[in-house]
Amino acid sequence: MKIGKRLVKTLKTFTLWDLLKGLRLTGSYFVKRKFTLQYPEEKTPISNRFRGLHALRRYPNGEERCIACKLCEAVCPALAITIDSEPRDDGSRRTTRYDIDLFKCVYCGLCEEACPVDSIVLTPALEYHFERRGPNVITKAELLAIGDKYESQLAQDREQDSSYR
Amino acid sequence: MITVEIDGKKLEVQEGTSIIEAAENAGIWIPRFCYHKKLSVAANCRMCLVEVEKAPKPMAACATPVNEGMRIFTTSEKALAAQKIVMEFLLINHPLDCPICDQGGECELQDIAMGYGRGISKYSQGKRSVEDEDLGPLIATDMTRCIHCTRCVRFGSEVAGVREMGMTGRGEHGRIGTYIKHTMSHEMSGNIIDLCPVGALTSKPNRFEGRSWEFDQMASVASHDCVGSNTFIHSLRHEAMRVVPRDNENINEVWLSDRDRFSYEGVKSHHRLHEPRIKKNGEWQVVSWHEAMAFAAEGLRTASEKWGADQVGALASPNSTLEEFYLLSRLMRGVGSNHIDHRLRESDFSDQTLRGAFPGIAGSLNDINQQNAILVLGSDLRREVPIVAHRVRQANKNGAPVMAVNMIDHDLNVDLAENIVASPDDFVQQLSGIADALNGKGEPTSEQKAIADTLKAAEKANIIIGHVALHHPNAVAIRALANAIADLSGATVSHLTDGANSAGAWVAGAIPHRAAGGAAIETAGLNYLEMIDNPLHAYIVMGISPDFDTAHPVKARAALNKADFVVSISSFTSDILSESDAIYETADVILPMVPSAETSGTFVNATGNWQQFQGALKPQGEARPGWKILRVLANFLKLKDFEYTSSDEVLDAVKAAVEANDLMSRVEKSLVLTSLPATTSGIAKVTQVPLYRADQLVRHAPALQHQLDESHRSARLNTRTAKLLKLASGDRAVIQDADESYVLPVMIDDKVSDNAVALSAAMVGTKTMSDFFGPITVTKG
Repeated sequence: MKIGKRLVKTLKTFTLWDLLKGLRLTGSYFVKRKFTLQYPEEKTPISNRFRGLHALRRYPNGEERCIACKLCEAVCPALAITIDSEPRDDGSRRTTRYDIDLFKCVYCGLCEEACPVDSIVLTPALEYHFERRGPNVITKAELLAIGDKYESQLAQDREQDSSYR
Repeated sequence: MITVEIDGKKLEVQEGTSIIEAAENAGIWIPRFCYHKKLSVAANCRMCLVEVEKAPKPMAACATPVNEGMRIFTTSEKALAAQKIVMEFLLINHPLDCPICDQGGECELQDIAMGYGRGISKYSQGKRSVEDEDLGPLIATDMTRCIHCTRCVRFGSEVAGVREMGMTGRGEHGRIGTYIKHTMSHEMSGNIIDLCPVGALTSKPNRFEGRSWEFDQMASVASHDCVGSNTFIHSLRHEAMRVVPRDNENINEVWLSDRDRFSYEGVKSHHRLHEPRIKKNGEWQVVSWHEAMAFAAEGLRTASEKWGADQVGALASPNSTLEEFYLLSRLMRGVGSNHIDHRLRESDFSDQTLRGAFPGIAGSLNDINQQNAILVLGSDLRREVPIVAHRVRQANKNGAPVMAVNMIDHDLNVDLAENIVASPDDFVQQLSGIADALNGKGEPTSEQKAIADTLKAAEKANIIIGHVALHHPNAVAIRALANAIADLSGATVSHLTDGANSAGAWVAGAIPHRAAGGAAIETAGLNYLEMIDNPLHAYIVMGISPDFDTAHPVKARAALNKADFVVSISSFTSDILSESDAIYETADVILPMVPSAETSGTFVNATGNWQQFQGALKPQGEARPGWKILRVLANFLKLKDFEYTSSDEVLDAVKAAVEANDLMSRVEKSLVLTSLPATTSGIAKVTQVPLYRADQLVRHAPALQHQLDESHRSARLNTRTAKLLKLASGDRAVIQDADESYVLPVMIDDKVSDNAVALSAAMVGTKTMSDFFGPITVTKG
């Protein structure tokens, strides 16, 4: 028996059997359908629950949703949100500052969960970068602008997800 | 004592206590909205329903007294069911606006709803909405949120003594309001913010500025009156957000006066000084601390070398901390001068060597509640020390007759048993009459006799000498007579002093005739009035504006203007409402000091309670705590033993000085009055410092400034005096006061005594008054 096993091993060694076995697997991928996407020309589809860049939404009449309740600031595990608030001229409770430090943010989405008026949301936007310190803190105006840009998408995503909430 | 059982716990309780109190003492918490330990029982919220054995229905724990052998279940099925149903009823009309409600996070309704409320409401009909009341600049209202607990109403009638709020309508139509639209003007009205269990009454100055959970809380002591109410300063990212009371049964109980509550706005004022400045060749320059200190030290040294050390004087605000007073006192004595004073609104100092450790309140504040009779001399208690006024009112409610001798018939919010309203000149005569009545000589009037008899009959009686008497030009005679009356009737005498730390100034030696710890000094220095009557060549002024913080604005400003060198240690550039920046005009070097919220220190209150506090906020800009400024200034002056590294070390030094001199056992000696001060005829001023103009900090708090009204800007006189002077309401009165004259609108106020014109000091209109009580001539303008 011992001699038989040794013979097979020697044969396999000299016929490069294991190498050929490996090449067969490699070769099979050569003809298989490819999964590679040509990013950025091609992109994967993303979930309507995707948690990307933040935004502040508005009501259809253009009024900002945020009422400065500061629940997002309280719930944020990374302390990425900073809010200042005061009464607006019409007496309503509004933020005067709404900063999110994107270096601190862990994109957990708890702010969105906490928001009683669906104001702060995480958009599907995932392509952004910073080249220096400073712009990583996005301000209220920027957040509202992002919200305005993605509003139709945001509304649609939330509509789709509403039956699971 | 009787035995009851609550939730299986056997308890020994006093007969007559309610279930809720008995449970609370045993550490069992029963949910409640309308019950408050300092207010009467209303039992109208029904939240505290508990099950009592053998009782057919759940009982309200706040309104049910315990009985022998009672078995109470606070969390039984029956009790919980009752509480849940009550909660559901309460929530029917309560809006679901917690996210925009300032009470959110510290709301009793929110907390209890978490424990007892249903997740989903069964109620789908319309909710009630109520129009908001405008209660003025301090209190914001959202009356839709009101759950009709009536705590604010009961506070008004029981504690404040002014029924400013009330309830109209019943059930769902019930409305809490002010009946007739008006601004809350009571000096303790801010307490209804704390009392309101929901967000119906919230603080207006910090409306929507922050959330209770994000505030940092630091214990502090209020810096405006001589009781030193205990407070918490709440801040957000080092910015003061609000001040709330810290419970202290011996001082402010659970209350806080509006001045202590809202003055924090002054800390955030735009008029704060942020960097040291020096005046070089008539030009102001911003410089480094080192340069400013060197300049200040050089100026003081030059002055004392050129004109002598006794040409240097120091005037300090009575709100300075004990440590600041001590260092200033030692610095002055190090320079070689005893001219230091904090009594800037007084003008009679001749009995100063006879005084005890410090002028203050006899016994504790709790003792005031226990008095059997109280005589108020020359005091608008409510607008001087609101907490003492509250105590006096409680004493009155306990049955003690309260009597008053005043120059204006001040509304003390008590039923005055006897009330003498005397003109400033006649005031001393009236006291002398009371003393005579006790002595059984002379011919006292019936009122004087009644006061004397009541004081004598009372087992415990207290004579409270207020600010008006303290500032009176015959203050010494008033004190001597009060002491005489006290000796004859067995009463005690209490002095209400200016500022938060007058007692501390006496202890730390910020007085011309005693050094720290009351140590004797050879020749007493000049007091405040002497210092400005005979202007010196150099001054150190700390925390004051000469226009508003002294009893002699004209003289004080002239003295500072005339001086060759003035070091001003101050927190503010100028006074809001003031047209000129007195500090820039009078000073040569300005050292920015932080207000008490930003420094550690100690206030000694009028009952001799040493209350230490830490800095609750970060110093703004380059401003530094007063004790550090004085310590380094002393170093620059090369004075010995100024090596303190913390305010605690300074405090230890004061304590050592107090012990070494056995200061606290020193008692006040009575001055024997040989003759009464001469009376003058004619029209005299009666000047009061308005509650919200008392010191620099409160003058910079905008919301409180809105509480000032026309009466503070007018010359008030009674109908008879007005007729005599041919003046009518709305006229403009030209007041000729020494060399100055000023014009004020006339207001007819029959509370003012005859031949007197009531004025408010520390106001722009009266900035040129010569003193608080002197004679004036009034003509129609």
